[in-house]
Amino acid sequence: MLHTVNKSPFERNTLEACLKRAVPGAAILLIEDAVYAALAGTTLADAMTSAAQRFEVSVLGPDLAARGLENAALVEGVTVVDYGGFVDLAAAKGSVQAWL
Amino acid sequence: MNEQDTDGTVTKRFMIVNRKAPHGTVYALEVLEMVLISAMFDQDVHVAFLDDGVWQLRRGQMPGALEMKDFSKTYRALEGYGVEKIYVEGESLAERGLSEQDLVIPVEVIARADMARLMDGMDVVLTA
Amino acid sequence: MDAAYQVDGKTVAHDEEGYLTDIGQWNEAVAGIIAEAEGLPMTAERWEVVNFLREYYQEYQIAPAVRVLTKAIGKKLGPEKASNKYLYELFPYGPAKQACKIAGLPKPTGCV
Repeated sequence: MLHTVNKSPFERNTLEACLKRAVPGAAILLIEDAVYAALAGTTLADAMTSAAQRFEVSVLGPDLAARGLENAALVEGVTVVDYGGFVDLAAAKGSVQAWL
Repeated sequence: MNEQDTDGTVTKRFMIVNRKAPHGTVYALEVLEMVLISAMFDQDVHVAFLDDGVWQLRRGQMPGALEMKDFSKTYRALEGYGVEKIYVEGESLAERGLSEQDLVIPVEVIARADMARLMDGMDVVLTA
Repeated sequence: MDAAYQVDGKTVAHDEEGYLTDIGQWNEAVAGIIAEAEGLPMTAERWEVVNFLREYYQEYQIAPAVRVLTKAIGKKLGPEKASNKYLYELFPYGPAKQACKIAGLPKPTGCV
């Protein structure tokens, strides 16, 4: 399963809800305003570091770039993917759960 | 709290509060347009950024990647519009790993408690 | 709406008020045609304002309100040009409306 999350974790509990339900080894892709969760140095960074050990966490590059975060330091274990990578993930995981 | 001008018109203390991150929703852009329009009405305009609103001022935004307009450049026009009272909540920056140097314009960084008092002293507050 | 300017055999679409639909289609020839449609020949003084607006848009991603334009023009082109009178003489239906249109910009935010 690929889980996508698109809301800011500072404003909504959507990411938290997803992290509670995803099974170990599941893929989680952070898109749109959820990309802020991937940043190092925030109050959420520790929780995300631990999530990245349990799940395959990635973040969408164009959404980082749009927000001025192209070169920002990310939480360890989180990888950046482009739109092609998004498609590949969806294809590899078979199904997608979008946490809106 | 109203100030009486010499010509007898009443100037209101007016604050627009930004709490939303840019690009994911349309709020930030709409509020910015509202700030530009409110600047035309000779009120005492204050603009505040707190919570996810501080992301609006992040340097280096390239929304062209999403085929969207880079309105982060427009915040730099505020000075020319006479909007110079711009406040950013320090705690909101710190929680997000941001500092004043990461922002596109010079702002006044104030503590949450001071932000609370500032908002409380306004005649009109619009929050999005 | 199929409204469009004809420029050197090419079609450049505009909205019902004459503003370009796609700012990327602007060039000096297009500006000349829009100006003609407005009944305003492009003099050096008009070009100065139109070029100023294009630079302003490039920098701030908006078309300035008239008051802001007047002030900024004064800084850049000299105080004698920083008046509504000067700008309205060049663009009788309003600098915001006509100069922005000729510059290929969207209608100014908060324009009156």
